[in-house]
Amino acid sequence: MTKPHAIVIGAGFTGVAIAYDLAQRGFRVSVVERGPIANGTSGRTHGLLHSGARYAVNDQESAIECIQENIILRRIVPDAIEPNGGLFVAVQEEDLAYRDKFIEGCAACGIPIRELTPQEALRLEPNLNPRLLTAFTVPDATFDPLRLALAFAASAKAGGAQFYLYTDVVDLLRDGRGNVCGVKAWNRAADRRFDLLAEVVVNATGAWVGQITAMAGIQVPIAPTPGVMVAYDRRLTQRAINLLNEPGDGDIVLPQRRMMVVGTTSFTIEDPDYVPVYEDHVALMMERGSALIPALRQTRERGAYMATRPLIGGTAPGRSISRTFKAYDHAETDGIDGLVTITGGKATTLRLMAEKTVDVICRKFGMDVPCRTAETPLLSYRKFYL
Amino acid sequence: MSDEKWTVTFIVFRKKDEQPVRYDTFTLEVSPNEYVLDAVERIWAFHDRSLVFAHACHHSTCGACGMRVNGVERLTCITPIREVTRNGGTVRVEPLRNFPVVSDLAVDMSRLYQAMDVVHAQAVHPLDAAPLEGDGIRPPRQVPQPEEEGEFLRLADCIECGLCVSACPVAGTDPAYLGPAALAGAQLQSIARNPDLLSVVDCAEGVWRCHSAYECTAVCPSNVQPGWRIMDLRRQVVAQRIKALLGQR
Ligand SMILES: Cc1cc2nc3c(=O)[nH]c(=O)nc-3n(C[C@H](O)[C@H](O)[C@H](O)COP(=O)(O)OP(=O)(O)OC[C@H]3O[C@@H](n4cnc5c(N)ncnc54)[C@H](O)[C@@H]3O)c2cc1C
Ligand code: SF4
Ligand code: FES
Repeated sequence: MTKPHAIVIGAGFTGVAIAYDLAQRGFRVSVVERGPIANGTSGRTHGLLHSGARYAVNDQESAIECIQENIILRRIVPDAIEPNGGLFVAVQEEDLAYRDKFIEGCAACGIPIRELTPQEALRLEPNLNPRLLTAFTVPDATFDPLRLALAFAASAKAGGAQFYLYTDVVDLLRDGRGNVCGVKAWNRAADRRFDLLAEVVVNATGAWVGQITAMAGIQVPIAPTPGVMVAYDRRLTQRAINLLNEPGDGDIVLPQRRMMVVGTTSFTIEDPDYVPVYEDHVALMMERGSALIPALRQTRERGAYMATRPLIGGTAPGRSISRTFKAYDHAETDGIDGLVTITGGKATTLRLMAEKTVDVICRKFGMDVPCRTAETPLLSYRKFYL
Repeated sequence: MSDEKWTVTFIVFRKKDEQPVRYDTFTLEVSPNEYVLDAVERIWAFHDRSLVFAHACHHSTCGACGMRVNGVERLTCITPIREVTRNGGTVRVEPLRNFPVVSDLAVDMSRLYQAMDVVHAQAVHPLDAAPLEGDGIRPPRQVPQPEEEGEFLRLADCIECGLCVSACPVAGTDPAYLGPAALAGAQLQSIARNPDLLSVVDCAEGVWRCHSAYECTAVCPSNVQPGWRIMDLRRQVVAQRIKALLGQR
């Protein structure tokens, strides 16, 4: 039997993880991406490999997915991850009110935590705010966004996936019955246009999914919701430092190489193609970050950037196959076959999102092939280029 | 922080497939505090959707956005416009040298990744392999590690951006030269601890090919300082040879 051909639009975390899983389960895969790997939100992620503790109070389903995937990714992509753990730190009385809920939530989600005295916490991380009231260790880690994506892309490529980079999808191809049967593409590097036919097209374009579905006359209301992050030129901790409280702005400070990165904010915009970095947001990152790590004030800004969350608006197009991210088989939601859209979720859960989505795609094709991506270490990210 | 606005003209290298190279100019209103990469992305977003350029992290951790800015290799995501021009001035943006151009500002860096792979340069390594300086702030490396977590690991300083390869006069004339980043990657592992590396670097395309131009160290945006590491690697190679001689007697 010839392999069914799947086109994946977008080589962000979602696209590369799906491409890898599809290739492993017997599809012929083409990835069409208008930029390089990790051109969109994925490249500009903050870089926290969530332990799930951030969501343990308000969104336990996500928290459980995070801790499980955190453990898997440490094992399968070690060359993109600093596995040094994290701390949740209370600095004000009001943060302490969150303490009991946090302990309960983490226990319910199976996230191992340990409470430290302020002295113990300062001994582990001497640059913490010395006025901290309590701290918990959590199994957070940090990742390099491009290398995480490249490791999946390299492994997809080794499984036969073909990557068309710097190639925009400009339209969807439709068969006589209006179903999607491929894409019209524009290779900007060579300035050439071509058609690619496929049995299924997977729309993994993040904040841009609405633009692709619109090509098939399907409305997916996206509210692009960017956040700003700022990198400073000195490494001040080994662990990821989180504020012990409800998730908010500027409450995560991460070490990365020789830097610290503080994030993030949240606001909505119209067009995700270009989002300016607002200076008041940059100032807020310093203010919030230095409440956790006062020595940040003695560092210099090294870079400031933003990334866009693809939040789906209230009028969502029917039922998503998962609650923790959004995935639609448009045959079911809109009566148009051949197109699957997937967006939302987290970098931390990229592998799981791909697993669930490819399960659905396999069922469409009557293929009963188990997912093996959790057990198999990925190739080195460098292999993408070799 | 200010709302200061500058008008800056970007002169951008363009190349599509077999078509001849040309330079396009785009005049933009920018904040001098913005980074060169922000301007390049805006040119794509608002002026010319055919522009091809590489980038990912926008904060100097991925190494994708290297370009030549006014003739000098720069990591464009952390190069403030203020540093490379003035209000009413120009900025010339070109792809890195010594790599094949994919299109416009994007190059094919396989050569660098290949060399890094050959020397097994570590992407993540223990903190001690390249300690962090303290500068008056208490260095976290002195921090005791709780037993259950094992050793601290961190991502390597080298972000594989290729600036050093682009700036290196030897890499320009000898496509087989391992290059500064890979030799630095070998030096960091130490030949004494990793004897297999000896044959990889102790050869014509390895550590002896360097002319000590130190252009690599001048352009490296990430504290790797490949120049002196290559010199140190030579010492390691010589020490290893002597050890082998003595061992054989
Ligand atoms: C500010 C911020 C911080 C975050 N921090 C974290 C974190 O610390 N930890 C964590 O786990 N998660 C984090 N996330 C979440 C995570 O980054 C996202 O879930 C993830 O990057 C989404 O990936 P994606 O592949 O769906 O989208 P994207 O990465 O945006 O990929 C979509 C791709 O589609 C391409 N594309 C668009 N249109 C077309 C077209 N017409 N033709 C071809 N290609 C096209 C784009 O170029 C892009 O590369 C963060 C998100 C934000 C916004
Ligand atoms: S040694 Fe420096 S300049 Fe060369 S690739 Fe590594 S980070 Fe870039
Ligand atoms: S975009 Fe990653 S280093 Fe500049």
